[in-house]
Amino acid sequence: MRTLHKSKNKYNLKESIIVKILYVFASISILTTIAIVVTLLEETIVFFREVSIIEFFTSTKWTPTLRPQNFGVLPLLTGTMMIAVGSCIVALPMGLGSAIYLSEYAPKNVRKTVKPILEILAGIPSIVYGFFALTFITPLLKTILPETQVFNAASASIAMGIMIIPMVASLSEDAMMAVPDSIRQAAYALGSTRQEVALKIVVPATLSSIGAAFVLAFSRAIGETMIVAIAAGQSPVFTLNPLDSIQTMTGFMVNISLGDIQQGTIEYKTVFAVAALLFAITFVMNMTAKAIVNRYKEEY
Amino acid sequence: MRDNNISSRKLKNAVFHGIVLGATGFGIVALILLLMQVFRTGLMWLDWDFILSMPSRFPEKAGILSALAGSIWTIGLTILFSLPLGIGTAIYLEEYSNKKSWYNKLLQLNISNLAGVPSIVYGMLGLALFVRFLNFERSILSGALTLTLLIMPVIIVASQEAIKSVPNTLRQGSLALGVTKWQTITGVVLPYALPGILTGSILAISRAMGEAAPLIMVGAAGYVAFLPSGPMDSFTVLPIQIFNWTSRPQAEFQNIASAGIIVLMILLLSANAVAIILRNKYQNRMD
Repeated sequence: MRTLHKSKNKYNLKESIIVKILYVFASISILTTIAIVVTLLEETIVFFREVSIIEFFTSTKWTPTLRPQNFGVLPLLTGTMMIAVGSCIVALPMGLGSAIYLSEYAPKNVRKTVKPILEILAGIPSIVYGFFALTFITPLLKTILPETQVFNAASASIAMGIMIIPMVASLSEDAMMAVPDSIRQAAYALGSTRQEVALKIVVPATLSSIGAAFVLAFSRAIGETMIVAIAAGQSPVFTLNPLDSIQTMTGFMVNISLGDIQQGTIEYKTVFAVAALLFAITFVMNMTAKAIVNRYKEEY
Repeated sequence: MRDNNISSRKLKNAVFHGIVLGATGFGIVALILLLMQVFRTGLMWLDWDFILSMPSRFPEKAGILSALAGSIWTIGLTILFSLPLGIGTAIYLEEYSNKKSWYNKLLQLNISNLAGVPSIVYGMLGLALFVRFLNFERSILSGALTLTLLIMPVIIVASQEAIKSVPNTLRQGSLALGVTKWQTITGVVLPYALPGILTGSILAISRAMGEAAPLIMVGAAGYVAFLPSGPMDSFTVLPIQIFNWTSRPQAEFQNIASAGIIVLMILLLSANAVAIILRNKYQNRMD
């Protein structure tokens, strides 16, 4: 009796230690978020002591490493937005089309083979897409439009669009598969074609998920780095011509980090300020996506 | 009139079928073109010399050995850190925590948010926290810790899904035999959830293997002509080496970049194959 008691206590002690360890593990994710916000804010606040916030958001000149130094983030912002919009022009129709095909048209065995193939696209590292953009898409664009520059926004956008097709497709398709078959059968019984079922029933029913997928795809494109670092160029110019060489926020961060930046210099702080802006934009977009899903959730 | 209506609707359907089929085909064709481009330019340059040589200024002598070693070191450490942390967190969230408490909700929201943070931002965190603050310098350790934070949310979410799928009757059956909660978890819940956990974790680790941006921020070098001998050594990894070669103007370097891409993709494919084999093996055992 006594020994049983003892061993029970031993187990209880062990159990409670394990719970505490797991609790610490779980808290690391909270600490990660706090650390991201603190480190970004810390350097960004110092940055804005030296650079006026008005110049940062209104000036159209970005030359932080050249004299005279200019810290207008607008060229980076327009570059980033151009890439994000461009890649969404590719990824949204293609991804949504694939989702509709897979959930409404494809026979089961076709679906089973095509889906994993599309998912391979999502597993290929972004560096490979960058290589593809530079060595395949850009020369192709050049033969069609000779004024295309070696590094340009269009080529990077197309490659990035291809990369995020599977993301749009799988998020939308998951939602479409969740639409109860009874609703489809009812529509077919009324004489609807597959196209009518897809566009008048399935798509409207899954609109919130599709919207969220679009926002997430856009956010992903804003934060993507290696494709733009390789293929979009390093010229922070205020332009909306997709055939020009540009620079994005992420492209700038990589470019400046390839040199040896010393802690405490204005260049070092600039990278953190740009990172803080990037973090803020993607954070707002991810929250928006979540809000869209929660707000317009279809319950069956 | 009526017939007309039906035939026009049928035509519309056929056209729409063509459009969505084309959209699906676009992705597949893009994948084929991408693979062809890589193999066309790189396959000729890929041989044992390439794998066993150090990088060089001369493309015909350049190899990928130091990047390969750096990748293996970095990913090895990342696995060591991220699996216990990620799976442990998932166990805590699914098995121990009170699901209705505000802290749990905050944790869950936080994890899904972290999954959406751009990888380059993790690089900035790694630079400020591991490289500067903790003074680990531009080492393999700093890189591995950064990648650990990057892929942890993915591992947590995948493991949570796997643990959720364990039938409650199994847990109760085990507890009814008088064993402790932790013994139930290690003896019943984890073995059942293992295929799902492994698949998710291997996908997350393949993602880490292909990441370049956060490691560039942490300060992995573009040119390393020695093999790392410990976690505090400076390093480069395959994706950064490929990036370095891709950004050079000479055509030969583009070719060895694509040879490097082939090596990277073979590694990623083998990782995924291992995931599939493990999953099948454990699934059979459960059945």
